[in-house]
Amino acid sequence: MRVLVTGASGLLGRSVAEAVVAAGHEVRTFQRRPSGVPGATDSLGSVTDRAAVARAALGMDAIVHLAAKVSLAGDPAEFDLVNVGGTRAVIDAATDAGVRRLVYVSSPSVAHAGASIVGEGAAVADPGLARGDYARTKAEAELLALDADSPRLRVVAVRPHLVWGPGDTQLVARIVDRARSGRLPLLGHGAALIDTTYIDNAASAIAAALERVDHVHGRSYVVTNGEPRPVAELLAGICAAAGVRAPAWRVSAGLARVAGSAIEAVWRIRPGADEPPMTQFLAEQLSTAHWFDQRQTRADLNWAPAVSLDEGFRRLAASFAR
Amino acid sequence: MTSRLPRTASTPAAATLPLAGLAGLDPAFSRLVEVPERSSATGVTRTWHVLDNGAELERRGVRPTGTILCVHGNPTWSYLWRRLLTAATDATADARTEAAAWRVIAVDQLEMGFSERTGTPRSLATRVRDLTDFTDAIDLSGPVITLGHDWGGVVSLGWAVDHAPLLAGVMLLNTAVHQPEGSPIPAALRLALRGGVLGPATVSTPAFLETTLALAHPSLSTEVRNGFRAPYRGAARRGGIGAFVADIPVDSAHESAPELDRIAESARTLAVPALLLWGPRDPIFSDRYLDDLVDRLPQADVHRFEGAGHLIAEDVDYPPVVLGWLGERVGERASLAETAGTTETAETVETEVPRLPLWHYLEELQDNSGTALIEMAPPGGRRPRVVSWRLLSRRVREIAAGLIGIGVKRGDRVSLLVPPGADLTAVLYACLRIGAVVVVADAGLGLRGLTRAVRGARPDHVIGALPGLLAARALGWPGQKISTVRLSPPLASALGVSFTLGDIAGLGRSFDEALPARPDVDEIAAILFTSGSTGPAKGVAYTHAQLSALRDALAVQYGIGVGTGLVAGFAPFALLGPALGATSVTPDMDVTSPRTLTAASVAQAALAVNATVVFLSPAALTNVVATSVSLTTADRRALAGVQTFLSAGAPVSERLLGEAAALMPGATAHTPYGMTEGLLMTDITLDGIRAALGADKSSHARTDPDSTDPDSTDPGGVCVGVPAATTRVRISALDENGEATGRPDEVPHVTGEIVVSAPHLKDHYDRLWLTNRESARGTAPGQRWHRTGDVGHLDDVGRLWVEGRLPHVITSPDGVVTPVGLEQQIEAVGGIERAAIVGVGPVGTQQVVAIVETTPRERRARFATARFATASLASADLASVVRGAVRHPIAAVLVVPRLPTDIRHNSKIDRTRLAGWAGGILSGGRMIRP
Repeated sequence: MRVLVTGASGLLGRSVAEAVVAAGHEVRTFQRRPSGVPGATDSLGSVTDRAAVARAALGMDAIVHLAAKVSLAGDPAEFDLVNVGGTRAVIDAATDAGVRRLVYVSSPSVAHAGASIVGEGAAVADPGLARGDYARTKAEAELLALDADSPRLRVVAVRPHLVWGPGDTQLVARIVDRARSGRLPLLGHGAALIDTTYIDNAASAIAAALERVDHVHGRSYVVTNGEPRPVAELLAGICAAAGVRAPAWRVSAGLARVAGSAIEAVWRIRPGADEPPMTQFLAEQLSTAHWFDQRQTRADLNWAPAVSLDEGFRRLAASFAR
Repeated sequence: MTSRLPRTASTPAAATLPLAGLAGLDPAFSRLVEVPERSSATGVTRTWHVLDNGAELERRGVRPTGTILCVHGNPTWSYLWRRLLTAATDATADARTEAAAWRVIAVDQLEMGFSERTGTPRSLATRVRDLTDFTDAIDLSGPVITLGHDWGGVVSLGWAVDHAPLLAGVMLLNTAVHQPEGSPIPAALRLALRGGVLGPATVSTPAFLETTLALAHPSLSTEVRNGFRAPYRGAARRGGIGAFVADIPVDSAHESAPELDRIAESARTLAVPALLLWGPRDPIFSDRYLDDLVDRLPQADVHRFEGAGHLIAEDVDYPPVVLGWLGERVGERASLAETAGTTETAETVETEVPRLPLWHYLEELQDNSGTALIEMAPPGGRRPRVVSWRLLSRRVREIAAGLIGIGVKRGDRVSLLVPPGADLTAVLYACLRIGAVVVVADAGLGLRGLTRAVRGARPDHVIGALPGLLAARALGWPGQKISTVRLSPPLASALGVSFTLGDIAGLGRSFDEALPARPDVDEIAAILFTSGSTGPAKGVAYTHAQLSALRDALAVQYGIGVGTGLVAGFAPFALLGPALGATSVTPDMDVTSPRTLTAASVAQAALAVNATVVFLSPAALTNVVATSVSLTTADRRALAGVQTFLSAGAPVSERLLGEAAALMPGATAHTPYGMTEGLLMTDITLDGIRAALGADKSSHARTDPDSTDPDSTDPGGVCVGVPAATTRVRISALDENGEATGRPDEVPHVTGEIVVSAPHLKDHYDRLWLTNRESARGTAPGQRWHRTGDVGHLDDVGRLWVEGRLPHVITSPDGVVTPVGLEQQIEAVGGIERAAIVGVGPVGTQQVVAIVETTPRERRARFATARFATASLASADLASVVRGAVRHPIAAVLVVPRLPTDIRHNSKIDRTRLAGWAGGILSGGRMIRP
């Protein structure tokens, strides 16, 4: 298969491109910077450039669409432009180029209203429920993508939850930076169970979805390690791997939500150089349970995670040690 | 009686169909029926509104097996039966053509619901005739099973007794057909019937209707309330409600009294199957009315739904119960003849061996001056109380004769609220001898559990010590009250005590006549209550033969016989002493708190009878071991004479049993496995436990923990040994939802519900028809088998391993997980005192959580990480140590100050409660103690 992978300069995109190459496919990547994926050819451009997307899609059998604006704060219009507009451009390009398969990489936050998720499957995306501009625009884009599912273009959405691993500039880097500067509190008692996804597992699940899209098209699948842990243990595990002190101070979950929404409001008026130190979304994420029923995902994608949580921590520690 | 109701009560109105959109009611079932009134010479026709699934069955091409004729009470209407119509109709969608199909017809009685308002009040006799007019009008043919609630129960029974040729069964929910002599009608109805109250309460205002709707447990939804209110909006619609209340026969002069008497007496002649479903939380129809119905319909299957009340049809999901019962008792009667020839031949039928009665040794040793029993700390006494066989035998005879003297009859139920000791022993054997049924509920149930137990068992007599009688008075327990101690006349009168045990024995002494004939071996001898650790306590009925079989099983298993000195460290065990011919002694202990028993108390009790057998509850073992340092040389010598040491009631760890056994160096330690329903099912010795542990360890050592070899998924558990001589054990395999759906079998290494059979197994559960049925589900017909609710497996040499309780089975994405094996592995970790394994999350995808109690104890509940590890684990990461100890992934490890356990044994961990607690915390809830 000739496969286009968008957003391959990010941690997950690169890993996916590598996994697809390893599966024996011919891979072209599409992003603004060179991907550096061995065995893949780069096609540079932005998903906001419809012509560039259309060029990249020519001659492809399948597309894995990862390119997105991922952030806790920022201009809402920018999220719309990249996440919704970019996805629309990919769908249109796929349709025009006669691409037969599309894997849309999404996020469980597209169906998350802020309450705990305890062993649920993948609910339908709902931009009205989603918290924050990232989740809202990812939800709209997932609905667009699944709506495009047809006999000519088979579409499946895969939602890896909290992807982390060596080289991760999102979750791991944020946690480690904040812990290092003493700005990482534990929210509440830290016992809320959270399931995460080690980078290799997320990549292999997306690659599996690509193989299975003819059987699973039209649906959404949440992907995780299937190993929920208390959030404090996860934070402690990541900090330990990085050799920094784990969170030593606590903030009540309720207070953090209030503070998060206040800080968000201030940030909107006077955006800082970095992201806000706390958002309501983050406060909810860190104080409520998020774990999922993985039975359907594993059965339908014919996939199982190869790297356990503990092995992931070992690999993360090794990467910091280098 | 109309004069007592407002004029508006007699407003005539035509029947109508209900408005559409009433919650849960399919409008397709509604129809209006023209019914000629036979009794009226003028040829009046009345219009009835009824719910009827007949047309729908016909549309589906289903020929009904029979018809359920449902009659509502006051102030409900056919809406009460909406779920039965739906369930009976849906059941016909089942592809099995063999399944019975039921037509359900639920009427709105005239003046009620959406039926015609005739403007004339209707007496009970009229209503029974009305119903006949209706069934004639629709040309109802048999077989018919009636179903009635409240006063509809009386009307339905009236129809039933008049239609014997059509009748195939009667079913009743909370109702009454007879007001016991000398007892007033319920206060709520008395109030409603008062002159100035009746009209306003029932007709002018919806007070009676609203009060009735408020009786539901849990509360009705607004939608359902509106369903019940629909036909009664406006005073003119409510005349029937007032007239119905006015028609309650308050005395024999009432117009409807003769008809009520006729129905009540004729009910005794009904030979058809009967089902009584009862909600005990009913301020109108209390349990005494259930008693009266059981007396009239002795063939009835009875189920009391603990917690349900007057509106039982709303409180309980009754349609499957009704349909299940019909299928079993009525539907299969027709096809019985065909299958009769092909019933089980493979299973051997139990042959009952003749057994000595329980009081045998009290007769044989009646002139023996040897010691029968000793109480080391009798109530109110400072010195041990010693009772000889001669004295005990005489006392039993006197009490037996005295009980007969005060009117205790064979088959009467006698509740014993007496702490274990000489009095209880004497009363127990006296009751057994005269054929009275003893009801024994242990104080360990707690007051609430005891109240439920005593109310549910409906004793005719209560024999109690002061605390029991005070509770009986305060909580309104039924039955004639007898005190074990002499009370001051004002106190006796305040407590409603009619006799003391002394009076009764004195009365018995004055009788010279021989005691009456012995009760038959198949009569019920006792009702023992379960611990209530697994839901409301259940009454377990044993026959004389079954209790004798229990005595024989114990005698054979432990070599207990005449002359054996027996220390009963679990007080109720002392009751069996006289039946075994053994000399039993109760140590100085608080029977309600077994964990306070000390080693010195056990030793002194052993010394008093030269004990060779010691029985201790598992809860007592910890303290006995902990207090063993205070044992004197003499104490130790007494304990050295013990040959058999027993501990039972809950799983006992090898370590604890070993430590306790070390105090009795000459003894073989045993721990039998059983339950209230079957007290000795298997047995294992300490050596046997150690052998099992060794075998278990070596089998683990053989396998690589990461391999996929099936051995590595050995669920472990507590080895409880091999079945006792007359016991059979089978396993009903669990399915992926954690339900025991497998056919009971003896295949080793299959985890499932433990199913047992023995001559000393229970006869049945008292007034719990559903529970009985569930208890024998899937077992060979014609035999007594019992599903224990425990899960476990058999091994290659026939030993049984207990892995936990059925409701505690965890359904993880990788398959079912049983708790005990994992708990044992965690408890082997240093610094962990006890562990509980529970599941959180939805069935099928549950995560396994470990909850541990550490030494030293944590003061607050929290979860374990390196930072918060307890002092005893210092630098070690408790969570990773716990994870490392077990082979199944553990999502979280929580540390608690103390794991919640049951009151009776202080050893059965309440995993259900812990699972709910852990589920809350792990989803972000507040960190509180379990």
